Amino acid sequence: MRKYTPKDNVQGKAYYTDRFWVAPSVPRSDVSEDAHFAALLEKIKESVAVKESYIQIGQMVVHIHPKDNIAVLRLVKEQCDYAMCTEISAVDYLAQDGEFEIFYQMLNLKKAKRIRIVTRIKEGQAIESAVPLFNSANFAEREMYDMFGIVANNHPFMKRILMPDDWEGHPLRKTYPLQGDEAASWYEVDKIFGKENREAIGPENRDPARIDRYDTKRFSRVGYEVPFGADISAGEQKTEIAYSDTLLANYNKSSKQLDERR
Amino acid sequence: MMQQPNKLVPFFENLNFERDDNTMVVNFGPQHPSAHGQLRLMLELEGEKVIKAYPDIGYLHRGIEKMAENMTYNEFLPTTDRLDYIASTANNYAYALAVEKLLGIEAPRRAQAIRTMLLELNRIISHLFFIATHALDVGAMSVFLYAFREREFAMDLMEDYCGARLTHSSVRIGGVPLDLPEGWLAQMMAFLEKMEYELEHTYEALLTENRIWKMRLEDVGVIDAEDALSWGCTGPILRGAGVQYDVRKEEPYELYGELDFDVPVSDRNDAYGRYMLHVEEMRQSARIIRQVMPIYRKSEPQLMAHAPQYISAPKEEIMTQNYALMQHFVLVTQGMRPPKGEVYVPTESPKGELGFYIKSEGEPYAYRLKCRAPSFYHTGILQKVLVGTYLADVVTMISSSNIVFGEVDR
Repeated sequence: MRKYTPKDNVQGKAYYTDRFWVAPSVPRSDVSEDAHFAALLEKIKESVAVKESYIQIGQMVVHIHPKDNIAVLRLVKEQCDYAMCTEISAVDYLAQDGEFEIFYQMLNLKKAKRIRIVTRIKEGQAIESAVPLFNSANFAEREMYDMFGIVANNHPFMKRILMPDDWEGHPLRKTYPLQGDEAASWYEVDKIFGKENREAIGPENRDPARIDRYDTKRFSRVGYEVPFGADISAGEQKTEIAYSDTLLANYNKSSKQLDERR
Repeated sequence: MMQQPNKLVPFFENLNFERDDNTMVVNFGPQHPSAHGQLRLMLELEGEKVIKAYPDIGYLHRGIEKMAENMTYNEFLPTTDRLDYIASTANNYAYALAVEKLLGIEAPRRAQAIRTMLLELNRIISHLFFIATHALDVGAMSVFLYAFREREFAMDLMEDYCGARLTHSSVRIGGVPLDLPEGWLAQMMAFLEKMEYELEHTYEALLTENRIWKMRLEDVGVIDAEDALSWGCTGPILRGAGVQYDVRKEEPYELYGELDFDVPVSDRNDAYGRYMLHVEEMRQSARIIRQVMPIYRKSEPQLMAHAPQYISAPKEEIMTQNYALMQHFVLVTQGMRPPKGEVYVPTESPKGELGFYIKSEGEPYAYRLKCRAPSFYHTGILQKVLVGTYLADVVTMISSSNIVFGEVDR
């Protein structure tokens, strides 16, 4: 029987796992330890519900409901000097919880403080766009849509950004294989030669490390050299390797041979 | 004229290149010598005035974030070279620092000194490249040749240290792989003197008060503080808009906290101000490297952090001690397993704020890695700045924003 491989996460896996291994966690500290973050959290809590909050590696992380994202971003921007939204992206948790985790990385330039606003949405659910508050969200949300398929409502130009407009699938989802899926292997063939020529061309090789054993146009084997393009599906002749006697010295023999050559 | 689409030249969607009124759509790139890589800009022109600009990116997309999810942490480090390939040590360092923060380790002092010197040397390399290509794009050919001569000396220094000129991989998670070679510091001193001399007597003499240079750069590509903040611009663009924010100064990492350097800032908001900033930043980099040299000389010879669970022991121990060899074997074959958690670490790369967000689930592969590339956002603001400028200034603005497409497309 073929070995079962999970289809909901096709990313690289550790080939060795210890079932007694419990991964430690990066320590989290309480928000009250930092006066600035504590005051900020109080302000956020006054207007919206906060699910969870802590400080991890010097930055405050605030988990909120997805419907509150704009309210919180506006609050921290207008009242708390978090003038820059440096990054927006998502993490795929579809296999575990059927959810995406979206984070907004915010920067306060006056106090040199950073917070991360985190929210979770279900697959197929859309999030309100942050473009009215931060123009940096324009490209960032487009990339998030391109890579995960998360739609931002009221975004001025919700189109793919890095992948071609007619690409199928969202590459950073865990279900998307590293080498690309079936549609990816036909994409360029269809574009350049047309769908009708699929059979003549064949799918694109998207694995750069793939070696075809019988391909004598691109590969040759030392000791089994054959003419360019020869058909070797029935097997090939072994070519004895002949070394030049004049250039090579046999170091297993005495050093006299070397002296002779000199 | 009707477009004649075929399979290799597809129809541009909903796009009429020539219209009945005096507007026209110009397709700038993706193969254009001043597009600094693969930037396709669609410009809607009214006469020579840009009324709409639409940057189209993704021509150099290699899926580096996807690759990060399929590689162990040490395996991924050389891939970061390919982000901002003009100053690859800055990428290696930003990634290594993010993983170190996740692991909770700190590089030994000598490694920190070497890293700081390499980072600043990379800043000089990148800024020399900026001045060279900026001048070339605007039309000053000779500055390009002079600046590339100095850049070559700087890359020789990099080559002496790590053996590579562009893809350095000169930083490791937990420290640096090698000590500085014999006589490197003396060569570095000689280079800095030469660079500072040339900076003053060649580049600045050729450009700063040059009438044509000033006419082409002054009041071109105006980005004010409000726009820069809103569009997520960092680095020289943010400082060129009058906001004095440098991650090295405000959130110090490595040795920057104990060094004495200034953060130049310009309130001109235009391309000329940003050019002056780059020149001044190179002087500050030279100043930093000079301060780090005595720190390096005084430091202990240890190069990699001592954290046997995550970092291999030095080669000598691996070759002589059984347990170190066993741990090395596990780390090489399985990769390190950082604790569960997430981290976002910003660093000041030559282009701006380069940050890595890493989400770890305790596996040898990162669960999610996001590279916050400064050039990505600097490309985004093009759709705002270019509107209202003339076609001739578009190239000035692109080269003044100093975008590198390895980083934009990832």
